[in-house]
Amino acid sequence: MDYGLMQRVFPFFLEAAWTTITLSVLTAALGLACAILGTSARLSRFALFRFLGATYVSLFRGTPALIQLFILYFGGPQIGIQLDAFAAGVIGLGVNVGAYMTETMRGAIIAVDRGQGEAARTLGMSRWQAMCNVILPQAMRLMIRPLGVNINALIKSTALVAAISVVELTYTAQRYIGSTYKPFEMFLIAGLLYMIIIYVVGQGISWADRKARLN
Amino acid sequence: MGLDFSVIPKYLDIVLLGALWTIAITVCAAVVSFFGGILLAVIALFAPALVRWPFRVFSFLFLGTPLLLQLFLIYFGLVQIGVDVPAFVAGVVGLGLHFVVYNSDLFQTSILAVDKGQIEAARTLGLSRWQALRKVVVPQAVRDVIPPIGNNMIALLKDSALVSVIGVSELTLSAQRAIGSTYRPFEFYVLVAAIYYIINLVMEAVLRRVERRIQASK
Repeated sequence: MDYGLMQRVFPFFLEAAWTTITLSVLTAALGLACAILGTSARLSRFALFRFLGATYVSLFRGTPALIQLFILYFGGPQIGIQLDAFAAGVIGLGVNVGAYMTETMRGAIIAVDRGQGEAARTLGMSRWQAMCNVILPQAMRLMIRPLGVNINALIKSTALVAAISVVELTYTAQRYIGSTYKPFEMFLIAGLLYMIIIYVVGQGISWADRKARLN
Repeated sequence: MGLDFSVIPKYLDIVLLGALWTIAITVCAAVVSFFGGILLAVIALFAPALVRWPFRVFSFLFLGTPLLLQLFLIYFGLVQIGVDVPAFVAGVVGLGLHFVVYNSDLFQTSILAVDKGQIEAARTLGLSRWQALRKVVVPQAVRDVIPPIGNNMIALLKDSALVSVIGVSELTLSAQRAIGSTYRPFEFYVLVAAIYYIINLVMEAVLRRVERRIQASK
């Protein structure tokens, strides 16, 4: 184990970790936005929207995220979409993770007892009112933990953007492995930083979950 | 530069060959991760502490890090310790180990969920601890956990695209080769996505059938 080397390269990994964090936050935000749209579509009254929502989920969950990223980044210019690698990473991963989050959110909403919605409707609430005032507040509580699982997976999947040369943790590790031939040391540094990020986010989610359960 | 899908037929054989390799690597890694997962689960739960802890540390490291990073470790790590294996083997090992950890997590939960009375009954009938585990507990645990394991195998198919970065000539890398000579990334990546999607649909259909069987057998 070459500790001297590990110390020398550590600052570069820290910088890369910051990119991974930025990437994760932006991707999670876009993913949530896509998931809200996707869930609304999947639970819509209109068959067309339900079909579109289901197609979105099926296509993006049914193909590798790496290929989706490549279509966007390398294929995009052919259809007039020119993005830099970081933006392509955020959009590609965000839309991908949105499909997984859609299933999570839909699952949580469906898990709320049917009778709740029916009771609200009987009391004279509109469909929209019943959703906002009765079903969603309960579903929110159910979806925090599984969304946390999605976010945990998302943080690890940000490594994919290394394949389109975004200088984040995995790319940095790969570059130093190539130049120093110390794969284990570089793996340990990058792995440690990933685990710290995931741990902190995990704690945050547990906290939110506890808080939601208390209310 | 517009789209021109007419370049595809010329390279279709290369891409389809890549698809066969993708299926091969998925099947190999799935088998490794299934049996490896059972083994790791049993070790993590029942082995003496001295054996158990290194495996737990390994699980911890592999659960918390991206697959791509692990692939780099395994590929370059093997080269460094002087083991010269073909990229395909490195890919199977990398993908396999990654999913061993995920599967083992599932197996551990389901092994612990098997009724304690089952072990006691088996022991009373004269089976050794090991026999009780192997013949009574593990078979039931495995049956209960097939659906989530199946989902992991479907995830494995999609993650197999990553082994292209360590030079395994599977679907993704063959597309990249075709793109290298045609400069048509959009067309070939869409084609590749469609092929992954089809394999994915087939796997999902098989999994649903298996799930129904299990449900019926209970």
